[in-house]
Amino acid sequence: MRKIVALVSGLVFGAGLVVSDMVNPARVRGFLDLFGGAWDPTLAFVMGGAMAVMIAAWLFVSRRSKSLLGYTLPGQPAGTIDARLIGGAAVFGVGWGLVGLCPGPAIANLFLGGWPVLVFIASMLAGMMAFSLLNRTA
Amino acid sequence: MNFVLNDALAGLAGGALIGLAAAILLLGNGRIAGISGILGALVNTSLPATWKENALFVAGLAAAPVAYAAVVAKPDIDITTSIPLLIAAGVLVGIGSRLGSGCTSGHGVCGMSRLSPRSIAATLTFMAVAIAIVTAMRLFMA
Repeated sequence: MRKIVALVSGLVFGAGLVVSDMVNPARVRGFLDLFGGAWDPTLAFVMGGAMAVMIAAWLFVSRRSKSLLGYTLPGQPAGTIDARLIGGAAVFGVGWGLVGLCPGPAIANLFLGGWPVLVFIASMLAGMMAFSLLNRTA
Repeated sequence: MNFVLNDALAGLAGGALIGLAAAILLLGNGRIAGISGILGALVNTSLPATWKENALFVAGLAAAPVAYAAVVAKPDIDITTSIPLLIAAGVLVGIGSRLGSGCTSGHGVCGMSRLSPRSIAATLTFMAVAIAIVTAMRLFMA
């Protein structure tokens, strides 16, 4: 059952990315191009729509001790804002700004985005593997 | 500003679907739909017990746009063809999202909606940095 839930969630997530056009890096960069004179606010509406649903979901699970299928729910969010968090977010932001792709849209574009998306995904996975190796030895 | 009502409505509808997807994973499996976390666990040195469900989530994420393209319309994917830029951006997104414990989905959608201080700080940081990068590229590379 967990596997079916994960597959359905992935399908709906991918549908959301393509319906909202967030699969298009040019549109994401149009949002980030705040000072270019033709700012594209679409990404803000996407975040608004997603957060509205997720706020309701968090309120719903806050009154429960287990998920609907009986699994452990995530604990309270950790509160410490450290250099690793901010540094990692900043590095991520540089990469996101350069091309306009983050992990979700990159994977959603796997079969439709052609070779540039494949180069990006391979590099992203290599970066994640490098982090995993360095983090283990650190 | 370039406001197009149909784009905003499509954005809201697509965003609601993204929220629904994250809600399905949370209410069903008790998990946070952070794409970088799900992907990172698949390329980790030690594979977690949940790797099969992670792989199925990724398969669904990649398959849905193919179905959309076949039934509705093929989306425009307007992306740079500069190989050095693609490699640099991919590596930075990969390392940064793992170092910072999340990306646009985990911190942006899932964390901000529960008012996690870490997620709010991370989202403000990567938004500000990405805006600075796009602005710098407009100024110096145009």
